[in-house]
Amino acid sequence: MDNNLNSIVINNSDTIVKDWLEQVSKNRKNDYTSTISEELFESTNRQFVNVIFSSLEKQGISTELDDFSERLINLGWPLSYLTDGLQAFRRVTINFILSQSEQVDSEYLSEVLDMVDNWVDPIINQLVNEYSGSWEHIVSLQQVALQELSAPLIPVMENITVMPLIGTIDTERAKLIMENLLEGVIKHNAEVVLIDITGVPVVDTMVAHHIIQAAEAVRLIGSTCILVGIRPEIAQTIVNLGIDLGKFPTKSSLKKGFKTALELTNRRIVKSENSDEGIEKLLDSLDRE
Amino acid sequence: MDFQSCVKIQKEWDIVGARQMGREYAKEIGFGTVDQARIATAISELARNIYLYAGKGKVCFETIDEINHKGLCVVALDDGPGIQDISQVMEDGFSTSGGLGAGLPGVRRLMDQFDIISQPGKGTEIRTVKWVR
Repeated sequence: MDNNLNSIVINNSDTIVKDWLEQVSKNRKNDYTSTISEELFESTNRQFVNVIFSSLEKQGISTELDDFSERLINLGWPLSYLTDGLQAFRRVTINFILSQSEQVDSEYLSEVLDMVDNWVDPIINQLVNEYSGSWEHIVSLQQVALQELSAPLIPVMENITVMPLIGTIDTERAKLIMENLLEGVIKHNAEVVLIDITGVPVVDTMVAHHIIQAAEAVRLIGSTCILVGIRPEIAQTIVNLGIDLGKFPTKSSLKKGFKTALELTNRRIVKSENSDEGIEKLLDSLDRE
Repeated sequence: MDFQSCVKIQKEWDIVGARQMGREYAKEIGFGTVDQARIATAISELARNIYLYAGKGKVCFETIDEINHKGLCVVALDDGPGIQDISQVMEDGFSTSGGLGAGLPGVRRLMDQFDIISQPGKGTEIRTVKWVR
């Protein structure tokens, strides 16, 4: 019986494909694939239906299905194209089989439904798995990338390092900041660490608390922490919240903080006076030659 | 009561979603950058309290547009354990989680209106309003 149904479908694949293509093109008008060119859409439909039939003939998941789904994922086709397509295929096939049968009782109907489900469901599962697998992969890659960016420490000068923070600080990141900060201070032998919060959108009590703790920890290992990049609106919210940041120096900009850091390490920026002369002499000597 | 929109708070990153939505509303209504930062910070505190103490809840927004004043109403709702002693949590420096204890009193100072209803075992509702000046 099963094989019988199977052969009905395979022998009449042309009709089913035709019906299916009609269905899919009809669905197309009101949805996502409208930006895709007509030719591409049609050729993809053909491939899709070929893949469906090849996995029907082989009675299982074929490598063609793998290749096909991989290609669609790479091209960025929506998953709903595939699931809609398979739903349409299910409907078309059931309708076709029923129209071919002379008499339809409930037993036969349930058998046909079962049969078609057994063809279509594994394909849907496979495709959804492939798609979600690729999404999970992307998310995990981005998480790693984000973590690498989350708490960088830059040794800008002997004894002075800078930690620029950009974006939201959550508990996970706060932990990383603390670890990197302390590790870096020891590694680069830093006397002064500048934490730049120019790029932090909101400083609430949690963020402030973590910064205070980090600064206190840096003080314990014998260095000074300067908080820089406090924008005017952030300064006001910190005051409103009633947070005391008085235990360590703070500055409005990295530039000012850097100056203070130089002063703390007994250095300053000096403008060299004879640089222009040097260049002129060089030019003169070039002219002479 | 129906709100214009609500953000569910379940994960730590939902806090970011809530305050981004709040900031957008604040911008739309016409708050200045300082008030936008105040509102975003207040939402951050309220949402974090939900995340830390109640586990899950929601932050809702309602724009107020009356003839002579405009503003944004931010409501934090949860079905968490509630607050035993409200006067205690409104004191600066009180915290059960080792934090700074500036959250709720800070929110009261950041916003213009602040109402808190809480029943132990039933949940907490905090309703705050900021007016455009």
